[in-house]
Amino acid sequence: MDSLGGIFIGSLLINNFVLTYFLGICPFLGVSNNLLTSFRLGLATTFVMLVTALCAWVLNTYLLIYAPYLQLISYIVVIASTVQFIEMAIKKLSPALFRALGIFLPLITTNCSILGLAIFSFNRGYGFLEGMVYALGAGLGFTIAMVLLAGLREETELSDVPALIQGTAMNLIIAGILSMAFMGFAGLFSSTV
Amino acid sequence: MLFSNTEDYEEFSKGIWRDNPVFVQVLGMCPMLAVTNSAVNAVAMGGATLFVLVGSSFLVSLLKGWIPKQVRISCFIIIIATFVTIADYTLLALIPTVHKELGAFIPLIVANCMILGRQEAFASKSTPRLAVMDALGMSSGFMVALLALGAVREIFGTGTLFGIELFGPAWEPWVIMILPPGGFLTLGLILLVFNWMSQRKAMFLERVAEAEGSSQ
Repeated sequence: MDSLGGIFIGSLLINNFVLTYFLGICPFLGVSNNLLTSFRLGLATTFVMLVTALCAWVLNTYLLIYAPYLQLISYIVVIASTVQFIEMAIKKLSPALFRALGIFLPLITTNCSILGLAIFSFNRGYGFLEGMVYALGAGLGFTIAMVLLAGLREETELSDVPALIQGTAMNLIIAGILSMAFMGFAGLFSSTV
Repeated sequence: MLFSNTEDYEEFSKGIWRDNPVFVQVLGMCPMLAVTNSAVNAVAMGGATLFVLVGSSFLVSLLKGWIPKQVRISCFIIIIATFVTIADYTLLALIPTVHKELGAFIPLIVANCMILGRQEAFASKSTPRLAVMDALGMSSGFMVALLALGAVREIFGTGTLFGIELFGPAWEPWVIMILPPGGFLTLGLILLVFNWMSQRKAMFLERVAEAEGSSQ
């Protein structure tokens, strides 16, 4: 499981950030009512994850060996400024995409899957390349979970659901069933990460 | 006295039921689902969140005049991260076993959107006193939700509550409840019950209003 492919598959499917670690549940439940928006948000999150993994590696190597108690504060500052920077860049380069993402772009800052990624890859002692592969897998895994839930939610809009269960309660139950399905991937490797 | 006037009490009580952060506002779901596989973990997470929320609400409401509007979110996040670091190291020193169980989810309190939400929506606009009241109420509501989920999952998943055996040796644990899907399913069902109760209350109030209307 230490090979790069193992890390990728592990973070993409077996230990899917949303369905196994419960990270990034807020956008997962909040934004997943439209398939296209979910897909774009997933890709934006993947990009932020890659940049964060790069910055976290620099911080781990040059700052945190001297001042470990600054870990949390330095990570969150890096994430907040990355999101701010991406927001400005998208606004300048593609105003149409900027309007489509709207409020969800700044909210990537409080997406706990990004901070979780930085902390997990530090705890596991990943180097530069491993960290980047882990970030790519986690980001694409987040996108897969978002797109799956959004697709299922678009289907339920066409069916006759009792008023009582509509909304978050139903989404959570759908997520529970998805999570059960993802548990099946644990059999891909003899030992999970 | 803790509640010397009704305004304080109002700010405190709204967080527990009417504006419950989890059941009504659907905020702070990630720690909610991740650490509630036993009641003890739920209480530890609730306590840490209470400390962070009360501390940062107090500090933000004191500093609100000095924080520039454009960079307020970053300022809030740094204040919250400071309190979370304190909570992290304190738990590590006092109860290392629970700290190990909660693992990465203690640092992840920083990204709990409920805490940032309270700073933005309430603490940055009110007096320190009311901000602390609001923070106490919201974190109590969060604790109630954590405990409800943690207790249900522990009772069915392992047959114990706070480590005390409940059903005797013949009990077959429902392993699914302490695994990830159990978290989603249990929270979905709890929300369902909450919706049902709110709907019943709304119907009851409607009938009362109708009865009053016809008697006049």
